[in-house]
Amino acid sequence: MTSSGRYRDLLGKTFNIVFMMAATLLGLLLITFIIGRKMPIDPVLAIVGDHAPPEVYRRVREELGLDLPLFEQFWIYVKQVVVGDFGVSTRTSNPVLTDIASVFPATLELAILGTFIGTVLGVPAGVLAAVKRNSMADQIVRFIGLIGYSVPIFWLGMMAFFVFYYKLGWVGSDGRIDIVYLYSFTSITGLTLIDTLLQGQMDAFWDAVSHIILPASLLGYYSLAYISRMTRSFMLNELEQEYVIAARVKGLSETRIIWRHAFRNAAVPMLTVIVLSFAYLLEGSVLTETVFSWPGLGQYLTNSLLNSDMNGLLGATLVVGFAFVVLNQLSDVLYRVLDPRTRL
Amino acid sequence: MSISMESENKTAPLSPVATRQNMREWLLSPEPKSPFQARLGRLYLNWRAFARNPLAMVGLAIIIMLVTTAIFADFIAPTSPVAGGDLRTARLLAPSAQHWFGTDEQARDIFSRIVHGSRITLWIVLLVTIITTPIGLLIGTVSGYFGGWLDSVLMRLTDICLAFPRLVLALALVAALGPGIENAVIAIALTSWPPYARLARAETLTIRKNDYISAIRLQGASDTRIIFRHVVPLCISSVIVRVTLDMAGIILTAAGLGFLGLGAQPPAPEWGLMIAAGRNYLLEHWWVAAMPGLAIFVVSLGFNLLGDGLRDVLDPKAAR
Amino acid sequence: MTAPLLELDGLHVDFHLRSGTVHAVRGLSFTLGRERLGIVGESGSGKSQTGRAILGLTPPPGHVTAKKMTFDGIDLLNANKETWRKLRGRRLTMVMQDPKYSLNPIMTIGDQIMETFRSHVKASRSEARDKAIEMLEAVQIRDPGRVFSLYPHEVSGGMGQRAMIAMMLVTDPDLFIADEITSALDVTVQMEVLHILDELVAERGMGLIFISHDLKLVSSFCDRVLVMYGGRVMEELSASQLGNAQHPYTQGLLKCLPTLDNASRPLPVLTRDPEWLA
Repeated sequence: MTSSGRYRDLLGKTFNIVFMMAATLLGLLLITFIIGRKMPIDPVLAIVGDHAPPEVYRRVREELGLDLPLFEQFWIYVKQVVVGDFGVSTRTSNPVLTDIASVFPATLELAILGTFIGTVLGVPAGVLAAVKRNSMADQIVRFIGLIGYSVPIFWLGMMAFFVFYYKLGWVGSDGRIDIVYLYSFTSITGLTLIDTLLQGQMDAFWDAVSHIILPASLLGYYSLAYISRMTRSFMLNELEQEYVIAARVKGLSETRIIWRHAFRNAAVPMLTVIVLSFAYLLEGSVLTETVFSWPGLGQYLTNSLLNSDMNGLLGATLVVGFAFVVLNQLSDVLYRVLDPRTRL
Repeated sequence: MSISMESENKTAPLSPVATRQNMREWLLSPEPKSPFQARLGRLYLNWRAFARNPLAMVGLAIIIMLVTTAIFADFIAPTSPVAGGDLRTARLLAPSAQHWFGTDEQARDIFSRIVHGSRITLWIVLLVTIITTPIGLLIGTVSGYFGGWLDSVLMRLTDICLAFPRLVLALALVAALGPGIENAVIAIALTSWPPYARLARAETLTIRKNDYISAIRLQGASDTRIIFRHVVPLCISSVIVRVTLDMAGIILTAAGLGFLGLGAQPPAPEWGLMIAAGRNYLLEHWWVAAMPGLAIFVVSLGFNLLGDGLRDVLDPKAAR
Repeated sequence: MTAPLLELDGLHVDFHLRSGTVHAVRGLSFTLGRERLGIVGESGSGKSQTGRAILGLTPPPGHVTAKKMTFDGIDLLNANKETWRKLRGRRLTMVMQDPKYSLNPIMTIGDQIMETFRSHVKASRSEARDKAIEMLEAVQIRDPGRVFSLYPHEVSGGMGQRAMIAMMLVTDPDLFIADEITSALDVTVQMEVLHILDELVAERGMGLIFISHDLKLVSSFCDRVLVMYGGRVMEELSASQLGNAQHPYTQGLLKCLPTLDNASRPLPVLTRDPEWLA
């Protein structure tokens, strides 16, 4: 392929990706818009109250743009979202985006730690299960994964909380950190573990650890179940390829064959799976945060729900959806970029 | 084979053992005399392969148990699921011989509630399957069969829906439509059909190339006929496997919605809802939340095991 | 004649499946010195499984038994991992059919050759690199420095196969098994690759087992030929004596090959005697 042909191809593929992502996000916006319009609460009444005279009602309705045709309303909505105007939360009276910005780091902290646990434990487990296929180790790994696919996350969280906090006292109670330590450090990154470490507040740090460890382990378990199953599958696929037989013919050690050959080939799809797992954890945190009273985006979402704060609910839904779509796309792009067979 | 069948018919009445033997021979006959016989024979072989897998049989047993419990809930449950006992003495009792799973905060027998709750779970499973499978099959086969711009458009649509977060979107949808099982089911179904469409499309693309499709078309069959009578039946087995495997996730999502109060409303014995109610009494009366969770776990496990077993039998290449 | 390189007596390879046992190789026996042995047969005749068995790479659920299987006096039947590590890639080696699949797709060709060399011989990176380039030249690749940095999917089939040969000969092995190495290549490329192999085998004095389904090809290349069918040897003869083949299967195979001067119509078809499978 000529050089200019290559660039044209690259441009075409990039355009395709961008177009797909824009279309998906637009679809997401459309759905949230429709949901917003179908909400059982009249937004006008929420502002003016039940006893407002009809002229006030009509005026506010006009202000909100609710008498415009639907297409125009949608267009206005899109423009608002693009500049970050998600409306004002009827629960906290803050702009929704501000609210979300302040709670998102807590969820981020959980999801990162959970993915980390899931990867560090899940990848070796998957490799082990594949290499020692059908052995006891393989059965155990698959069993653990199977449980992870069958157990409701919020219930397991509750049971774990009951056992490890109440019965054993090994971990901290719900919430992110004890009130005592709450003001002993200033929030820089929003990630408590990092902030307390950076400021040398070790007491606060360990307290934060004792609080995060259970919810993070819970999410980590779900991540592990998914990652270990996919890793096992990828490794099994690689181990039966002919280049592995050729490597054995070459007399290479089994360790080298597993890690330098099979694993390296499986690493690219594995990486995309890890990114996807992170996306799933962002979603899974919704229920986990509710159980552990973790002040993150998930809890914000459920609180908005329970208080009929539609702006807050839809704003949070958009953010999660947005992150989900972007991460999905990222994992796809990663795959194409990292695999030398498809490298441009 | 067929000769021995005919000659057997002419002799005296057969013993049950001999009849079973004949039945087996008939099913396994290498030269079936009708498509019906061929189909039954293959079903029999698949069943034998399936039955050799102990975990798959466990999964099947669990699902059968779920269905039986749901149908005969009235007979299996010792008490009513909504009427409680004496609020002064029977609240939050620990599991005992009288109340196998204990009682909840309204003095209701938890075991009976769980038994009746199985109906709700089964209802959710059925509804989601009925909605998503036809949609997925239709979109997938049409897309794969006709190709071209129709394929591009439909697949773009599928990819877009595939990229949405299921639980969060279901949350928002139910928030708008109002709580209730049916709305929760619709919300879940709307985000669950894309994988089936993709699967059906992939299968259709392979089938479409086969000569017998060209042959039927030459005989004058319309596209509709080809799709419905020939393509769809071939896609069904892999879609069924996928649906079964997804079912666990769907039950868990539904339970999550119930936990947040968006599914069935009190006093319905929906398992997710029961866990939420039990949360307030978790520390001193753990069984109120533990039991419904165990029920969800067992049913999800059942679907996972069943799905794995079906996949091993029907699509061994995908099985690992 | 010097001590035989490879001795095989009563080799059996069986696959115990749920639907029954498949006897891939049944009682195969031969000895091999520093000569070229061709093994010819159709698919399912057991020829590939023979090659795998010699290298101890029979895939599960395969089971290998034999009265005797030795390489240069070393017992292969009961060899442990250490023994195999010293033999495979170093003294005993094999090239398979399709370089598209037998080369690691995410390693450069040069790296793969260096890897083979350095896992058997103590050498620095630059020494190994020089050796790899030397081998690439030996298989007549014209720009070895460039090909060294290429990935397998960036080279043609013929070049990939030559690289594969380079990789497997870099340690100067004693026995080389070629398992259908030209079957995935175009006819013209086939001849090139075989020509290169011919020279290399001759100048290094290696033993060669050439496995193929192409009788003509094998006879032009090897000293001796084993004709296999259904896991058994139907006939063993020297390549020059092929015209005087005694066994009806071999005769049938020869007759099936159309020649320019003898255009017999209809083309003869092999009649299989079920007794050959007994």
